Amino acid sequence: MISIQHLQKRFSYTWVLRDVNLEVGAGEFVALFGPNGAGKTTLLRILATLGTPSGGRVSVNGLDVQRDAARVRRLIGYVAHQPMLYPDLSASENLLFFARLYDVANARARVDALLHQVNLFSRCDDTVRTFSRGMTQRLAIARALLPDPPILLLDEPDDGLDPQAAEQLSSYLGETRTTLMSTHSLARGLALADRVALLARGSITYESSTRNLSVGELEAHYRAHSLSAERERLVAA
Amino acid sequence: MKRTIAPTVSAPSANVSWLRDAADFARKALAITAKDIRVEMRTRELFSSMFVFALIVSVLFNYTLDLKPTQAHDVAAGLLWIVFAFTGVLGLNRIVVAERDAGTLQALLVAPVDRAALFVGKWLSAVVFILITQAINVPLFALFANLPFANLLALLPVFVLGTFGFAAIGIMFSAIAANTRMREVLLPILLLPLVLPVLLASIELTASALAGQPLDSQRQWLSLLVAYDIIFIVVGLLTFETITQED
Repeated sequence: MISIQHLQKRFSYTWVLRDVNLEVGAGEFVALFGPNGAGKTTLLRILATLGTPSGGRVSVNGLDVQRDAARVRRLIGYVAHQPMLYPDLSASENLLFFARLYDVANARARVDALLHQVNLFSRCDDTVRTFSRGMTQRLAIARALLPDPPILLLDEPDDGLDPQAAEQLSSYLGETRTTLMSTHSLARGLALADRVALLARGSITYESSTRNLSVGELEAHYRAHSLSAERERLVAA
Repeated sequence: MKRTIAPTVSAPSANVSWLRDAADFARKALAITAKDIRVEMRTRELFSSMFVFALIVSVLFNYTLDLKPTQAHDVAAGLLWIVFAFTGVLGLNRIVVAERDAGTLQALLVAPVDRAALFVGKWLSAVVFILITQAINVPLFALFANLPFANLLALLPVFVLGTFGFAAIGIMFSAIAANTRMREVLLPILLLPLVLPVLLASIELTASALAGQPLDSQRQWLSLLVAYDIIFIVVGLLTFETITQED
C-alpha cells in the first residue's frame, strides 16, 4: 500500500533523509518513532504530496506520489502538526467545506457522525478559534477522516490531546485503514500499531513487529539509535 | 491484528465526461471563493483594512492636490489606480499569505482539488474583494475630486477588466511570495513591475471614461488590457501546480 524505496531528501546542503526504505502493507498500522529533526514530518509530507523527494521512489497504492499526485490525494487523509482548520469558521462549517472539496456524499450526515465520533457535536456551531488545543486536534482528525480514506498519515496526532482523548485515539482512527503515524509516545505507538519503525540518521534504523515487544525493549532501542544519531550529528558538526 | 481495507473514496474513472470535470472544477473553485467570503464576512479583517486604507489615501491625495474640475479627470485616473494597486496588495496578502500562515493552504493542497480550480477560487475571491472596495471608494473619491458622477457607470468595465488582470497576476505572485520568509514585503516588489501594463491601460481607459469618451476611442489600451488579462489568467491556470509545490 505504501512503498518507500531509497528515499532521499535534502534542504539546501542538509540531508534530512538519506536512504529511507519502508513498506506499509494494506490495512497495516505502522508507528514511526524518531528524535526531533529525524525527518518524520518531512517523510509524511512527501507521502502527502506536499514535499518533493530529492531521490528514490515513493508510491501509494502503486501510484507514484509525484507523477500521480492528484490520484494519491484521493486516497489519503493527513493530520499535520498544524490543525489545518479555519479558526473563524465553526467546526461544522470547516468540515462541510472540506466535504465539498473531497466530494463526500451526504456531507451533512457524515459531518454530524464524525463530530459525534470525536465528541465535538455539542460544539459544532462554535468557531474553531474558541476551541482548546485538544479539541482542535480532534477536529483535525475528523477532517482527515472525512472522505473515509483508505490510507491515513498522522503526524503526532496525540499532540495536545488530554489522556482520555489520547486513549480514544484508536476508536477515532478505526482499524480498517493503512496507517503511518509518527509519535513521541512509545507506549501509545506500541499499543496502536502492528509494527514500529525508528527513523534516525536519515534512514530506518530499526523495525519490529509489536507482537512480543515491550515498551522497555522499544525504549532501549530508541535510546541506542537516537543517541548514536546525535553522536554522529555532533561529530559531523 | 489482521485488518481489512474499506476504501470508500474511489479514484475517478478515466472516461468521466469533460462536462462533469468542468462542473466539478467550477464547484470546487466556487466552494473556495464562498469559504473566503464567509470567513471575511465573519472577521471583516481584509475588507476593513482595504477600505480604510483606500479611504485615507483618497482623502490625502485630494486634500494635498486640491484638484480643479478642469484637471480632475486627468489626474484622478492615475490617483484612483494608485490607490487600488496598493489596496489590492493589502488584500492579496490576506487572501493567500494568511492561508499559508494559518496552515490551511496545506489543507487545500492535500485535498483532491485541481490546482487550476484552486487558482480560480482564489482569483475570484480577490476579484470580489477588490471590486467591492472599488464600488465603495470610487463614488467617495468622485465626491472629493469633483468628478462627474454621470460618467462613473462607464468606469465599470474598466475596473472589472483592470481587476481581472491585477488579481490574476497578484494571486500567482502572492502564492510565490507565500513560500518565502519576507512574504509581505516581497509581494509588492514582485507584483507591481509586472502589473504595470494593467495599471497603465486602466489609467488611460479611466481617464477617457471620466472625460465622457467611449471606450472604443482607446482601442489599443482596451486590447492591451484584455490581452493581458487573458494571458495571465491562462498562465495562472497552467502554472499554479508548480507555483504551489513546496520543497
